[in-house]
Amino acid sequence: MTESNIKSIADILAAHPLFAGLDPEITDLLGGCAKNEHFSDGDYLFKADGPADTFYLVRSGDVALELRMPGRGRLTVQTVPAGHVAGASWILPPYRWRFDARAVGTVRATGIDATCLRNKCDANPSMGYQVMQRFLPIVAERLQSTRLRLIDLYAPPADVGRAL
Amino acid sequence: MDHAVVIPPEGLDDLIGILKTQGYQVWGARESDGALGLGPISSSSDLPRGRIESAEAGTVRLVDGPRDAIFDHTLPMQGLKRVVYPAQERLYVTGPDLAVKEEPVDAPPMAVIGVRSCDLAALDTLTTVFEGGPFIDRRYSQRRDALLLVAVNCMRPAATCFCASMNTGPRAESGFDLALDEVMDDGRHVFIVTAGSARGRKILDALSGQPASEADLAAALEGTRSCAEAQHRQMPAGAEDLLKRNYEHPHWAAVADRCLSCANCTMVCPTCFCGTVEDRSSLDGATAERWRRWDSCFGLEFSYLHGGSVRTETASRYRQWATHKLAHWHDQFGTSGCVGCGRCIGWCPVGIDITAEVAALAAQETSGTTADD
Amino acid sequence: MLPRPFKLRARRPELADTVTLELAAVDGQPLGFAPGQFTMLYVHGVGEIAISISGDPADSNSLIQTIRGVGAVSEALCSLPEGQMVGVRGPLGTAWPVERAVGKHLMVVAGGLGLAPTRPIIYWALANRDRLKSIDIVYGTRSPDQILYPQQLLGWSTTDDARVGVTVDRAGQDWTGRVGLVTDLVPTMLRDPAETVAMVCGPEIMMRFTAQALADAGVPQTDIHLSLERNMKCGIGWCGHCQLGPHLICRDGPVFPYPEVRDLMTVWEL
Repeated sequence: MTESNIKSIADILAAHPLFAGLDPEITDLLGGCAKNEHFSDGDYLFKADGPADTFYLVRSGDVALELRMPGRGRLTVQTVPAGHVAGASWILPPYRWRFDARAVGTVRATGIDATCLRNKCDANPSMGYQVMQRFLPIVAERLQSTRLRLIDLYAPPADVGRAL
Repeated sequence: MDHAVVIPPEGLDDLIGILKTQGYQVWGARESDGALGLGPISSSSDLPRGRIESAEAGTVRLVDGPRDAIFDHTLPMQGLKRVVYPAQERLYVTGPDLAVKEEPVDAPPMAVIGVRSCDLAALDTLTTVFEGGPFIDRRYSQRRDALLLVAVNCMRPAATCFCASMNTGPRAESGFDLALDEVMDDGRHVFIVTAGSARGRKILDALSGQPASEADLAAALEGTRSCAEAQHRQMPAGAEDLLKRNYEHPHWAAVADRCLSCANCTMVCPTCFCGTVEDRSSLDGATAERWRRWDSCFGLEFSYLHGGSVRTETASRYRQWATHKLAHWHDQFGTSGCVGCGRCIGWCPVGIDITAEVAALAAQETSGTTADD
Repeated sequence: MLPRPFKLRARRPELADTVTLELAAVDGQPLGFAPGQFTMLYVHGVGEIAISISGDPADSNSLIQTIRGVGAVSEALCSLPEGQMVGVRGPLGTAWPVERAVGKHLMVVAGGLGLAPTRPIIYWALANRDRLKSIDIVYGTRSPDQILYPQQLLGWSTTDDARVGVTVDRAGQDWTGRVGLVTDLVPTMLRDPAETVAMVCGPEIMMRFTAQALADAGVPQTDIHLSLERNMKCGIGWCGHCQLGPHLICRDGPVFPYPEVRDLMTVWEL
């Protein structure tokens, strides 16, 4: 893992769909909380129950959000592809991860220090609002995707309503 | 009208005689079980002379009319639909080898006396449905081509009629072979006969009658004019766009509170064409027959798809019927599907009036309310 | 319109409840079709249903139909022994407008069994690869055991001619692929939305959300096409069963440009 200087991280952040179009001062500020990381296939970006102190903008590769269930092994609940964000539990207390996040293949991601970001948002509410404005649609989309998967929309008629 | 001829009431039996000689089965309106139906007639005395409908929302009764006219009644319960599109028919028979034996169409020449302009318009639209698309229903064509139509221009409406507002009557303009105007004035009772086709003209020429005078023609036109004026029901203008704007309007639920989804309206409607096909096989499975029969969008299973129906509620089914008839028909077939015959109003057991429902929807849209009176 | 006798030449199980039938006309006349069209298949003594053709339009010597057994007729078709006869009426309906993709990026988005009516597009696209800018196949289904034509998806993904993205709604521990709704995958695979023609088929909700996701990403709505279905009895515009608003699905569809059906799809019980 190499640390790039803050300005080029800011460029990377500005280019990411989540932060595209933000004021340059804000992406500079964010850059101060961010660093580039590289994961190999099978590496964990974070683990369930761990402190939600770094979340990731996935730049290339896929990240699988997983749960381990006794007797059922490791289940992927959502794949986060490139251009998306892995990790939302940093926003709200108790700031602990609900799921494991595992690299599928090689993953390059920009890790953002959540504590650093939360402090900066507290200090600069305008920046905080803009960051939240970017983040909320991601969470909403994830919720929509989950809801649509819950209704089992591919179920053949005989299976509709059967306990999943 | 060019070349109109005046005949006395007895001339009708001459006409029937000519038609029979030419090989036509002759049909007309007949009274049976308190209602009017289309059936074979042997002479004009089989027609419901002096009888008229007392029709209102939810009720149709035959009563004695104010005068001894032959055609003051209006419509048989079902029009020509049953003749050109049987309620059920066998299409083919097949075995496991799929060697299909098509059922021939039995369509002897048939002359129908007393067809009203609304029913002619309905026949036109059925022809568009079955012959105007990429696939032509030749069974329909054979039955339609076997018809010779003697129209009667209505001189009085039933209370449920609204053909004037649908531009389908009361005067028949085309689609007939012969047309009759029954004129009773100054103690005289005559029929003014005109032709609408080449073969109609030949029959006209064979009838013995006097050429119609200007006064005769004026009397005929006055008859249909006053018939139109006497219609107090009308379909509000702009129904097509109104319905397309209001798929989600709460009014549909209000109608559904009354509608029994009994499908009477679709059975008596002369333009409703929805049907279904089904298999009937022998017990040993050796032969299967494919039958086609009428169906109704009011049926719950009509829209069945993937384990459930699309239209589960009466409200959506009533909306489907009304919107198809008055709006989507334009997109599909280029005209309104309603000909203003009013049968649905009379034959609905709870008296739902399609003209009143459209008017209610229009009023609520304008006022922004959702309350029904 | 009378059914033509076809013989069941071969049957191939695809999923637990889904079978592909290879049918051949008894009179030897091939049934030529355009991608997206369907036939009415008749089983003696049981009935008739509408099934989209899922074979290669350039090879009409056999009629290929993939069928899921969900009712009396479809189950009869799925369990029909080889050598038995099936009645066929068709081809019927409108076709995927594949020529609109020439010179552009073609994206096929299929959900569940929707890969069957879209497979003819893929055959056409691969045969016309040099006329297209790119081919992307995006497929989503319920779970890994429900993936249709898995060998073909694998084959397409390993050629240079097409890119394939597969995702499932949920999976067990043996699945190492993507998990998520197919609409999650679509934006990540779009190359140049303004120059993309998309063809979408699957459950109606999936098509609605996918079309919306494509439109939100910048694909022109007139370049998004869906294949709809409704109850069909005659398949030829006479019985009135298959209406969606003003459209007769059997005659004006089943393939529609998104703007023609977008508002109709959100009206309750239309």
